[in-house]
Amino acid sequence: MAKKTMIEAIRDAHHIAMEADEKVVVFGEDVGYFGGVFRCTAGLQEKFGKARCFDAPICEGGIVGAAIGMAAYGLRPCIEIQFADYAYPAYDQIVSEAARLRHRSGGQFTAPMVIRMPTGGGIFGGQTHSQSPEALFAHVSGLKTVIPSTPYDAKGLLLASIEDNDPVIFLEPKRLYNGPFDGEHDKSIVPWSKHDDAEVPDGHYTVPLGKAKIVREGKDVTILAYGTMVHVAKKTAEDQGIDAEVIDLRTLVPLDTETIAQSVQKTGRCVVVHEATRTCGYGAELVSIVNELCFWALEAPVERVTGWDTPYPHSQEWDYFPGPKRLGAALNQVMEA
Amino acid sequence: MTDTGRSYLHVPEPSFRPGDKPTFDEMIIPKAGAVRRPPVDVHPDDIQDLARTIIRVMSSDNEAVGEWAASLTDEDALEGLKDMMRLRTMDARLLRAQRQGKTSFYMQALGEEAVACAFQKALEPGDMNFPTYRQQGLLITSGYPMTSMMNQIFSNSQDPMKGRQLGNLYSSKEHGFFSISGNLATQFVQAVGWAMASAIEGNDRVGVGWIGDGSTAEGDFHAGLVFASTYQPPCVLNIVNNQWAISTYQGIARGNAATFASKGLAFGLPSLRVDGNDYLAVHAVAKWAIERARKRLGPTLIEYVTYREGAHSTSDDPSAYRPKDEADGWPLGDPIERLKGYLIAKGVWSEDRHAQMASQIEDEVAAAQRESEAIGTLLEGDKPGPRDMFEDVYEEMPPHLREQLAQSLKEAGEG
Repeated sequence: MAKKTMIEAIRDAHHIAMEADEKVVVFGEDVGYFGGVFRCTAGLQEKFGKARCFDAPICEGGIVGAAIGMAAYGLRPCIEIQFADYAYPAYDQIVSEAARLRHRSGGQFTAPMVIRMPTGGGIFGGQTHSQSPEALFAHVSGLKTVIPSTPYDAKGLLLASIEDNDPVIFLEPKRLYNGPFDGEHDKSIVPWSKHDDAEVPDGHYTVPLGKAKIVREGKDVTILAYGTMVHVAKKTAEDQGIDAEVIDLRTLVPLDTETIAQSVQKTGRCVVVHEATRTCGYGAELVSIVNELCFWALEAPVERVTGWDTPYPHSQEWDYFPGPKRLGAALNQVMEA
Repeated sequence: MTDTGRSYLHVPEPSFRPGDKPTFDEMIIPKAGAVRRPPVDVHPDDIQDLARTIIRVMSSDNEAVGEWAASLTDEDALEGLKDMMRLRTMDARLLRAQRQGKTSFYMQALGEEAVACAFQKALEPGDMNFPTYRQQGLLITSGYPMTSMMNQIFSNSQDPMKGRQLGNLYSSKEHGFFSISGNLATQFVQAVGWAMASAIEGNDRVGVGWIGDGSTAEGDFHAGLVFASTYQPPCVLNIVNNQWAISTYQGIARGNAATFASKGLAFGLPSLRVDGNDYLAVHAVAKWAIERARKRLGPTLIEYVTYREGAHSTSDDPSAYRPKDEADGWPLGDPIERLKGYLIAKGVWSEDRHAQMASQIEDEVAAAQRESEAIGTLLEGDKPGPRDMFEDVYEEMPPHLREQLAQSLKEAGEG
């Protein structure tokens, strides 16, 4: 089995999906001839022709709007928004149109489509290339929201998303594209080639939407994480010598509440962690769910570790990022309670 | 405005407000038949003037004249007259039904019936409209059952949209009528995307975008024009200029552009302006644009010049912002009266037959209404239930919605 970066895994998923189903079309800014600014669609135009993979005008509302029309026609568009930070001009098309089409038409029209977008920080991208807007999508009924943390999951979840008959927001943590990142920004980057989760089988497989994964088993505290923070959580637990169970949610909607509840019932402690801003972040939803499902098993208040409620900064990137120090403090807090 | 020597903000105003005596003397209206009909493969640069004139077929003498005439047989024109009469009669009855509290909201197409009715006549099965909320004429013309429309207006148990949508926001895949969002302009670019899919699939099915004068100010209008211009898919993009966007006159969205049609010129799109109250002209221009699309000659932008005779909706009172008698002075007349006059002058119709038809249609619409009201209205009779609210959010109901549905059924005493 070959090791792949997350970019190679995503590219592989595109090739397999387009080969398997001629209804799959791919477009977005710079995705055609050039193959995407992160190279996730490289080689598709050459292999499948310009009608199935092409460049779009810089017009996110138009990209999503056109994809909705195509999906209603019977195609399965898998489109790229160059950065999640650029999704806002398309927000109306995503929220009022793609997400509601099946419901408002009484099931006559549907929008089976995937909207891929690189998300999160850690690359010195400043406020317009670093945001984590997952809560804005998870809040919308009719959408599914997916965030992989490994090349293996990225390929399997993307194939599952393309084959899904509902619109899927597919957020790719860009800091994980070329290697896992545990939050220790001053150390040299470990490439995916040195990581077990980079083993990506050839050919078709899917990772089902709505299923979380326990990536580290433990007895004392549950850490709920997704995307980049999965790696930060694992590393912090190891460094602190805490027997933490780390759950990679993988899909935010629909959420695997069963896996969450089982774990917290067992550990009696929980920390939720995300890179996005704190207020009304997805972590607030997670804390509520843990309280609703596991309150009587809890031995300490649930802690929430997040980015600050500021715009994502440039030079203060590592002051903003919820790294091992912030997470470690929260872990100590719940363990001592 | 007095020139004080200082800069000031220019805010366009309509020529007339309540209390003023409206005239449309400044509107330049070419004689019927005066505008040429170019071949469908004409280069867009060679017909830029068609974006700034008005294509008209029916003359003041009730004759069809010029190169755009004769796109329809007399039988088809008569069918068109009946479609418009059906639409107006249904609108009037449903407006009354709203006043009687049988539904929350209604929007009539009064005065602009020719636009949707004549356009639909030029389409073929397999084509797809992406309509706004004032194109119920598309459904009437395509033979969609009036009872189904009323079931939607009353949100009763037979409503194809299961009570989820406000009145007028119909959907019928079978009749080439895409689900109406209710948000404005969003669907203009979706129509272009639908047509792009038609091209990707190697088909000749035509996507039709619809938008009102006011909504052309939205970004999605321009997104639609960019995508249409770039990918040249088989689509027709329709702007219905009925002069008023609720209380805002068309000049606020048009800005300093000469016409709405002229906004297509910078995109290299053939852009035509047509008398929207002239059934024959609307049909002829629609047919021209649809033929272009089907022959892979690319998209066309069309502005229909018409007048919104009624209120924007049942929640609106136009006497607060425009002269009460403005509609009477509208120089392009009434679409039903004009087509009727033409058919009578041609000797294929008469006042008697018209009166007979009007009464027959009144009975037909009343019967449909009785049938629909017997099923239920918004507050009485058989209604969609909580389950209908939870279904179709996703293809398969995920666990959190199943839980909420159970809770909702319990609240409703059905659990």
